[in-house]
Amino acid sequence: MTLILEAVVLGVLTGGVYALMASGLTLIFGVMRIINVGHGALVVLGAYLSFALLRSFHMDPFLSLLLTMPAMFLLGVVLQFVFIRPLKTDREALSVLVTYALALGIEGALGYVFTANFVELRAWYETASFGIFGFHITWVYVFGFVLCLAILGALFLVLYRTAFGGAIRATMLNRTAAQLIGIDVDRVAAVAFGMGVATAAAGGVVFGITNAFNPGSHYDLISRLLTIIVLGGLGSLRGAVIAALIMLVTEDITQVLISPVWANFVFFVILVAILIVRPQGLYGLRVRERI
Amino acid sequence: MSALKVIGLVLVALVALLLPVYAPDPATTNKAVLTLMFVGLATAWNIMGGYTGYISLGHAAFFGFGAYSFGLMVIHLNVTPGYAPFLLVPVAGLLTASLAVGIGWIALRTRAATFVIVTIAFMFMLQLLGENLVTITGGGAGLSLPYAHEWGGDFFNIPYYYAMLALAVLAVVVSWWIRRSKFGLGLLAIRDDEDKALAVGVPTRGFKLTAYVISAVLVGMIGAVYGYYVTYLYPQFVFDPLVGISMVLMAFLGGLGTLSGPVIGAVLLEPAQLEFAYRFGASRLYLVFYAAVFLIVILLLPRGIVPSVADLLRSLRHRRLIGPSATAGGLGTVTRASGDEPPAAAQQGLAAP
Repeated sequence: MTLILEAVVLGVLTGGVYALMASGLTLIFGVMRIINVGHGALVVLGAYLSFALLRSFHMDPFLSLLLTMPAMFLLGVVLQFVFIRPLKTDREALSVLVTYALALGIEGALGYVFTANFVELRAWYETASFGIFGFHITWVYVFGFVLCLAILGALFLVLYRTAFGGAIRATMLNRTAAQLIGIDVDRVAAVAFGMGVATAAAGGVVFGITNAFNPGSHYDLISRLLTIIVLGGLGSLRGAVIAALIMLVTEDITQVLISPVWANFVFFVILVAILIVRPQGLYGLRVRERI
Repeated sequence: MSALKVIGLVLVALVALLLPVYAPDPATTNKAVLTLMFVGLATAWNIMGGYTGYISLGHAAFFGFGAYSFGLMVIHLNVTPGYAPFLLVPVAGLLTASLAVGIGWIALRTRAATFVIVTIAFMFMLQLLGENLVTITGGGAGLSLPYAHEWGGDFFNIPYYYAMLALAVLAVVVSWWIRRSKFGLGLLAIRDDEDKALAVGVPTRGFKLTAYVISAVLVGMIGAVYGYYVTYLYPQFVFDPLVGISMVLMAFLGGLGTLSGPVIGAVLLEPAQLEFAYRFGASRLYLVFYAAVFLIVILLLPRGIVPSVADLLRSLRHRRLIGPSATAGGLGTVTRASGDEPPAAAQQGLAAP
């Protein structure tokens, strides 16, 4: 029983990180109707940037976010401008291929610079733990969870309490109507893409401390993140957060009750179940959106 | 069919049939086997992705499933290695069909973006099964297939070459037949507007599932021959996302929804990719090359080679018929120039030739 409880706690803590990464992905989909298959690769890129700063300047991984998040934001704006904006027709299908290509390019470039060996972000909180109610919780999970809560909170504040956030939400609801009332949807799209990529950097740091990673790690990540946003309903931030928590808690419980090798499989089982019962996901809209 | 086309087809057939006779060295035949494999894969993928517009990035699921089901049959039925195992390739295709019906039934409840995601997810699901069902598949340690010891030296690749050739031709013939049939017309209608197609009486669900299964069966059979060819199966190398994306890229490069497009795309890209992987494989730089080709194709040539060239030829022919004075200006030019423009639908990325 304690094992299961511990699994739930750990699931919620890691779920926070996945919620952050998935909300970036679903935000990008919501605003631009594109699926960023390169999101996993951007997470891995964020982890490697922090890794490089740690190796060269001994910079604390969490502290290095102050540098990497703005850098990744800019990268996102540039990527959006160069690769996504030129897609005029059949954007949905072509964008999947373009972002897939970006993922391969990032994987190849990272493999060239850092080799395919697995690395890990090392910090004192990676192994140090504290006891509470008889559980042992490693500090990094707590730090990561707090960080993700803070960034998610900031994201929701921007979206729901600022005029620009209103513009983003308007674009998500109806792009043409948003354009008609004078919203610069191209700028909204660029900023939203940048924000999504910046969250990938933050997720990458926590991912990099809690997992050993190499340039090929993005395949595993993206298949999980995509499953989460489909479960939550494409384009729904609330859905992404809740779906991430459901997925990770179930995964950790499976790990305890059945076996670690099947934990990953739970993701797909839940996905299949949700598609049979509710193809639009938890908070998704029905076919009207053609999703 | 014009005489020029017939001559062209005969020439292609002669080259394809005689290639191993004139260039029997294993390095060349290996490239040829893999190129033909992608001709078949891209053509098969195009039946679903090109005709119906449902982009599947997870066709590697069927490739790997075909390879594993074939390998397990050869091992457990104690088939003598040699030509006999090739008879099991259609059986592997049938098994793949049953899998495709299941996956298709679930995945085709969704459209567009969600469909793409679901196909990717199913591919990773099968990869994970391949790794976890250790007692059946051997897991990450791989599955070793028997191979014909008597096929030594230069000859080893040749049976596989003709097997791949046969499957590639089969894929092209099936694709050609579908393109001309009423079924194919229904698929194109689904691509253009699924709801309207349903409204005018196209049984969209059945058509989509049929196209998906046909496409998957061809991919599964090709996977089976590939498994026999490499003789060693690892989950991450047959349920390989790169295989899944390669066939898509080739179909896009040649021209989505065209008959010859995927063939041309595969013949252009696969040898280049093999050459690059051979030279820069260790540094993984070939992935960057691959990404660059991909991005250039989609951003500069979103409709693919075949439709673009067809348009160019059409406008050249037009100009010749009308004469050089047509470009001299005046009211007539304006109308004629707009006549040269392909119709709006054809300018979209998914246009038919």
